[in-house]
Amino acid sequence: MEAFAAESGGMPQLNPEFWVSQIFWLIITFGILYVVLSKLILPKISANLETRKSQILENIEAAEKKREESEQKIEEYEKVVHDSKNEAKNYFKQAREKVLKDIGVKKEALDKEIDEEVNKAEIEIKTFRDNAPEKIKKIAEETSSDLLQQLIGAEVNSSSISAIVEDLSRKKMDEYYGN
Amino acid sequence: MATNPMHQFEVYRIGPEIKLGAIDISFTNASLFMVISSLAILLIFNLGSKKNSLLPNKVQLLAELSYSFVSKMISDTAGSKAKPYFAFIFSLFMFVLFCNMFGMIPYAFTVTSHIIVTFILASFIFIGVTIIGFMKHGLGYLKLFVPSGVPAVLLPLIVVIEIISYLSRPVSLSVRLFANMMAGHTMMKVFGGFVISLGIVGGWLPLSFSVALTGLEILVAFLQAYVFAILTCIYLNDALNLHH
Repeated sequence: MEAFAAESGGMPQLNPEFWVSQIFWLIITFGILYVVLSKLILPKISANLETRKSQILENIEAAEKKREESEQKIEEYEKVVHDSKNEAKNYFKQAREKVLKDIGVKKEALDKEIDEEVNKAEIEIKTFRDNAPEKIKKIAEETSSDLLQQLIGAEVNSSSISAIVEDLSRKKMDEYYGN
Repeated sequence: MATNPMHQFEVYRIGPEIKLGAIDISFTNASLFMVISSLAILLIFNLGSKKNSLLPNKVQLLAELSYSFVSKMISDTAGSKAKPYFAFIFSLFMFVLFCNMFGMIPYAFTVTSHIIVTFILASFIFIGVTIIGFMKHGLGYLKLFVPSGVPAVLLPLIVVIEIISYLSRPVSLSVRLFANMMAGHTMMKVFGGFVISLGIVGGWLPLSFSVALTGLEILVAFLQAYVFAILTCIYLNDALNLHH
């Protein structure tokens, strides 16, 4: 066997000199490796992985919850915005109606006042118009009598003058007033 | 001697000769690298499992990714029943992987390039899987050798083939790993020798080959560890879920 090892070109693997030694040390090292890995290290890694997995799942769950909450908040917020929009619209509508109503009332009152004024003015005009012929007649009588007095220097019977004025004014009145 | 590509596989004693009765169990360079690999695994995974932070640091991430990787590999190939054997397959994968990877360091010794080491591992798996199979299914485990849907005429032949293929499992499993590691390392050594012998003029081609081979060998180192572990899972699957 010693000769085999020294022989160059042969495979050292087939030299059985250290086979038993290799088997022995393989069993020792692999045995220790297996025992330490299986009893101490691998369970720890497995537990680490498990806790990480559950932690991540928990975090995902929490995130999901938060998301739902925020969605609810958004809904609430949108509702508030919508409600306030409606309220604002209502306020505007009411204000508008009120203003329109006020304007209507004031307009009516103003119309009434104007009507009254117009009526008053019409009545006044009417009285003026009604009184006008009398006054004109009187003035005409006075001026005609004055004129006659200065022209002929004699007192003229006032009743005859008034009769003439009346006659003339009636004729003229027909022309002015058309009746 | 140094230019011999097989020289790197030689086992030599480190320290005094240790004898257990008539058996030589001396500490050798092979033993040294088994110890180094195991200690490296234990160190990394101990660091990686020490504290549990929600945001893992690099070592923790490495440990946890390895854990999930092997865990997924087992559940994919052997199902949920293989869970009790997780620690064993994890240790096996890591041990083979680290031995392969340490072998990639220049002047280091590749533990898995020795047929005796891989054969002992493969035999242990083979015997263990066979025991598990018989424990789970009793003599029904022998149905593994009788595939369903085979014509009765062919059955004797098929059974013989099945038995031979079953018995050759430890051999194929061990030789695959050993041969891959040995061939790769020998090739790298040969190309390395070419670089020296061709010198500054013609050494560039084998040097570039060596660089490429190093990358390939690192891939092979990982791949062979993976294949070793996944074949173990497949054998375990046969033993646990008998459906041939």
